[in-house]
Amino acid sequence: MKTVFSRTPTLKDCPTHYCPGCGHGIVHRLIAEAVDELGIRGRTIGIAPVGCAVLAYDYLDVDMVEVAHGRPPAVATGMKRTNPDKIIFSYQGDGDLAAIGTAEIIHAAHRGEQIAVIFVNNAVFGMTGGQMAPTTVLGQVTATTQQGRKAVGEGHPLQVCELLSVLPGAIYIERCSVYNPAQVRKAKKAIKHAFELQLDGTQGLSLVEVLSPCPTYWRMTPAKAMEWIEKEMTKVFPLGRFKG
Amino acid sequence: MCGNEALGEAAIIAGVDAYFGYPITPQNEVTAYMSRRMPEEGRVFLQCESELAAINMVFGASATGKRAMTSSSSPGISLMQEGISYLSGAELPAVVVNVMRGGPGLGNIAPSQGDYFQATRGGGHGDYRTIVFGPSSVQELVDCMQLAFDLADQYRMVVVVLADGILGQMMEPIIFEKKPGRKLPDKDWALTGADGRKQNIVRSLWLKEGALEQHNYKLQAKYKQVEKNEVLCEQYEVEDAEIIVVAYGVAARIVRSAVDKARQQGIKVGWIRPITLWPFPTEQISKAADEFRIFLTVEMSLGQMVEDVKLAVAGKAPVLFYGRPGGGIPTVEQVVERIKQLTIRVEKTPAEKQWEKDSLKTVQREA
Amino acid sequence: MAGKIIIDTEGCKGCGLCVVVCPKDCIDISEQSNKHGYFPAQANNTDCTGCAMCAIICPDAVIEVQRDSNITSIDSGNKDRLSLTKEKT
Repeated sequence: MKTVFSRTPTLKDCPTHYCPGCGHGIVHRLIAEAVDELGIRGRTIGIAPVGCAVLAYDYLDVDMVEVAHGRPPAVATGMKRTNPDKIIFSYQGDGDLAAIGTAEIIHAAHRGEQIAVIFVNNAVFGMTGGQMAPTTVLGQVTATTQQGRKAVGEGHPLQVCELLSVLPGAIYIERCSVYNPAQVRKAKKAIKHAFELQLDGTQGLSLVEVLSPCPTYWRMTPAKAMEWIEKEMTKVFPLGRFKG
Repeated sequence: MCGNEALGEAAIIAGVDAYFGYPITPQNEVTAYMSRRMPEEGRVFLQCESELAAINMVFGASATGKRAMTSSSSPGISLMQEGISYLSGAELPAVVVNVMRGGPGLGNIAPSQGDYFQATRGGGHGDYRTIVFGPSSVQELVDCMQLAFDLADQYRMVVVVLADGILGQMMEPIIFEKKPGRKLPDKDWALTGADGRKQNIVRSLWLKEGALEQHNYKLQAKYKQVEKNEVLCEQYEVEDAEIIVVAYGVAARIVRSAVDKARQQGIKVGWIRPITLWPFPTEQISKAADEFRIFLTVEMSLGQMVEDVKLAVAGKAPVLFYGRPGGGIPTVEQVVERIKQLTIRVEKTPAEKQWEKDSLKTVQREA
Repeated sequence: MAGKIIIDTEGCKGCGLCVVVCPKDCIDISEQSNKHGYFPAQANNTDCTGCAMCAIICPDAVIEVQRDSNITSIDSGNKDRLSLTKEKT
């Protein structure tokens, strides 16, 4: 017997604080695999968000920084502009990127900063107890939309990939998911591609949005949560490559 | 050269690697100057989308071990408070220049000293301090910049340089001289890519029980070192002074002229000028208060530094205030008037003397 | 069997995703909890082909997959499934 699949070195061998069935664990692993396959651990710097993934540096064994809510694209800009040879990525949730951080991501994309943004969209603010996120879908019940999200008053869910793809400085925008192994593989390809573009020195921002489950605040089992992404979330957030 | 441009050039001489800024009056000359000079020197310049972004870009560059700075004016500095708190918690060096204007709110674009509280009390959240300079001349502003970067690196702190609209716009002859810098520790904490070493983490979140408390004690120990070693202050004619005027920045220049005028009129008045506003020259002022004197603090505000003067004097002497807020600038004549009024009070009026006698009688009766 | 998985049951959180994706139904949830209070997945490995679907979906990376080195392709009708997993010696 030979081992065909095992934990990759950049993913630290320790338990995570994420809930059972949380998508963060999968996305962290994909980033670690991409970094190891490309052999760039020694020159990669990651930015952790404010959100459930604030402790991402306890799980990803690369130089990492934890910054104020929403600011990763600005911090990444400061890092990349002063260190063009390093591979810079930010890891953000829907609150970090699509709520408080909208100015930062739009301008980093607009300027074409050479960074990779991994955007984990689970349609809810997990860390703070399941409040509405900009990407919460209509009718979804959350701590702050207890009657379900309404378009009038609360707005429609924000489609980040669509929004950013009109900016010339954004060169690669793709939305993928982790709801089954085939989708996980596609997500990995997308994440790896974002890193490859930066390695090649291609000027412009890459963003990979990953539709990810939050079983706890969707009040579903992990398996049902994956089903909900497949059947419901993809209607609002279609998968695919928007640019690049 | 005008103050705004001079501070930019001084930063370049001090080796600043990156400047991030956003336009706001009265410091737009800084962004314009840096946009030309930084690329000339092969350094990084970026006009970004907001002051929020600027301070976070400084955070990013600093986290990788680079010298980074930003500049703004009062409302923009308000936006940067979150970033300054994060920089302080994460122990990242940075230089932030505030060319103060009238406030609160949008205020006006005239010079002011209304951000003393914001700078020295830490406008952001948490138990932290930033080193604060209050230079009085363009030359001093220039000299501050090199010191600012060195102190920031030495202590891993944010250094705030408080200029104001006058200093920024004013043109004075200056000498640019790269002074020998301090011996600074290696930045082995910096994020440079974990090539052949353990990962470095730059963070300000400490969730484990007791960890944040310990971290705060560590910060405090550092601040105590700064207070011990880095106070800068100037004194003038205090030895025989019966009145001491305390002022910083541009207000200090006005006061200096007023002090000279008052001396010509035979008034025994002196002047203490803090150059570092944090650490504040508490010891120097306290010592001056050991002899009975009247302290007059003059600021371009409704009275902010006066609180630190009161703390330093610790009740040993009266501390009075004269100032003008919202872009108003005290004139030399107005300051001389105030000084003169104080001399009248040095001697008690007959009414005051009678009142004292009467109160003493009342107290004795009640006892 | 053509394949085998090893689950780190102490690291498993019992989310059950591996159970759902396994095409051969050879993973189930244990009735014994681990020391963290989770009911972990356990492999019975009888029909395991080493396809690694479980490891790919596992959010906690607690599954190691092994495959018989004599077998270079799996008759699953889907060659792509084999080619996309990592090969390690």
